[in-house]
Amino acid sequence: MCALCGVLGNADHWTDAIARPGVFSRNSDAAERRRERMRRVQCANRVLKLYGLKLSDWQGSAFLLSTATGKTEIVDHLAHLWIKAEKLTGRLCDPLDPALIARLEAAHD
Amino acid sequence: MTEAASLTPVNLITGFLGSGKTTLLQRLLRDPALADTAVLINEFGEVGLDHHLLERIDETTVLLQSGCLCCTIRGELSSAIKDLHARREGGRIPFFRRLVIESTGLADPFPILSTVQADPVLKHHFRLGNVIATVDAVNGGIQLARQRESARQVAVADRLVLTKTDLADKRTTETVISDVRQLNPSAPLWRAPYDPLDAEALLSHGTFELSDKSEMAQRWFADEVKARWRRYGNPLDGLNHSTGGRLSGAGEVHGHNPSRHCDGIHAFALVFDKPLDWTAFGIWLTMLLNRHGTAVLRVKGILNVAGSPAPVAVHGVQHLVHPPVHMTAWPDEDRRSRLVFIVDSLDRALIERSLSAFLQSNGLPDVTTRACPVSVS
Repeated sequence: MCALCGVLGNADHWTDAIARPGVFSRNSDAAERRRERMRRVQCANRVLKLYGLKLSDWQGSAFLLSTATGKTEIVDHLAHLWIKAEKLTGRLCDPLDPALIARLEAAHD
Repeated sequence: MTEAASLTPVNLITGFLGSGKTTLLQRLLRDPALADTAVLINEFGEVGLDHHLLERIDETTVLLQSGCLCCTIRGELSSAIKDLHARREGGRIPFFRRLVIESTGLADPFPILSTVQADPVLKHHFRLGNVIATVDAVNGGIQLARQRESARQVAVADRLVLTKTDLADKRTTETVISDVRQLNPSAPLWRAPYDPLDAEALLSHGTFELSDKSEMAQRWFADEVKARWRRYGNPLDGLNHSTGGRLSGAGEVHGHNPSRHCDGIHAFALVFDKPLDWTAFGIWLTMLLNRHGTAVLRVKGILNVAGSPAPVAVHGVQHLVHPPVHMTAWPDEDRRSRLVFIVDSLDRALIERSLSAFLQSNGLPDVTTRACPVSVS
C-alpha cells in the first residue's frame, strides 16, 4: 500500500509475473515495464471504447478507467479491469458476445 | 536454490466418490520417496474414516471434515496449511518436503488450487504441484457422463490413475479410457493395480514447474501435438492455403465430434500461423476468464510471441493462470502457436473468432487460426 495515498499495491497477476529465470515477463526493468503499460492501455482501449470506456495510466502504478461522463475507477491490474468495466457500465463484458466480435471485426475491416 | 525450488510443493489427489483416492494415497505413502510428506485429508461426513484407512496417524496427517474444501470449509484449508507450516518451522513436527491433499469426491479442484496459489501467506511458502485424478474403471463411464464434478476433476488433472482395472473387463476399461481422453488428451495415465505406481513420476516433475520447465513443457506439448496429429492428421494437411480457410471438420469422424463429452465438456486446439501479440493475448484471455473462467477447465499452449525468439508456454485452470514459462527452445520444427482448450459448454467457433478479432484489431492482419478437436489414440 502506498503510504501517501493509501492505494493498495498490485497483487500478482500472470501478465505482470515477477521476472525470474524461466518466467516470461515484460516486468523486467523500468523501461520495458513502462512500454508494456502503454501497449496495454492502447490495446485495452480498442475494446473498451466499444463499451464507452477509456483506460489511462496512473503514475505507472495503476490505471484509471473512466466513462464518458467522468465516472472513474482505479484498476490495479488486468485481473480487475473487466470487473471494474462491468461495474461502471452495468453490462457484461463478454469477449464471446457475437455483437462485440462483429464490431471488432468491422473495425479491422 | 531458486525461489521456486525452495517452495514446498502441494499435490492434490482428486477423483469421484469411491474412485480409489485413499487407496492410491495409501500406496504412494509406502514409497520411501514420500517418507517426508505431510497429508491433509478432507472428508464430507461427520465421522472421518480415511485417515484411519491410511494407517498413518501422526502429527503430519491432518483431517478436515464436516464440509468440503472447495466450498464450505475453504478457509480451514488455508488455516490448516499455515498451521502445518508454522509447526514445521518451529520444529514441533517432523520436517516435510511435500504436502498432499486428498479432497472429497465431490470437490471442484479449482478452489483448492486457487487457495494455494493466491493466498498471500501460502504463496510464499508453498507452490502447486501435480493434480492427480483417480477414475474408477468400473463406474467411471457413468460417472463421467452424469456427474459434472467427475468430468471437471479429470479435465484439470496432470496425472490420471485408472483404478479397479482388475475388476473391469477389457472393453469397459478401454471405453473409460476413451472417455477420459476426450476430457484430458495429454495427461499420463496409469492403470492400477497393474501398472507400477511410481510416486516420483506421479507427484514430482510438475508439468510447469520452473525447475525443469523447458524439458517438461516440451515433452508435454510434443506429446500432445503428436498424439493429436497421429489420430487426426496435421491440421495443415488438406488446408486450402489460397483461401486461408479453416480446417473444417478435422478430426470429426462421420459427423461425430469425438471431443464432445458430458453434455458440453470438450477439448479443441487452435493453431496460429503468425507470431502473437502478447499484450493483446493477455487482455483477451483475462477478459475471457473474467466472464467464463469457471467454464474454461483448462487452457494450455505454446506460443510464438512476437519479439521473443523462444516460445512461451501458458497454462491455466479456470480463473487461475500460472506464470508464463519462457522455454529455452521449441519442442520441434513447428514454429506456430498452439493453444489447447478444455471447456465446459463454450462454443469453440466463438472462442476462435473472438481471439482472432482481438489479435486483428491490434494490428495483426491475416491472423489465421485453425481449430481441431484433440484426443489421443
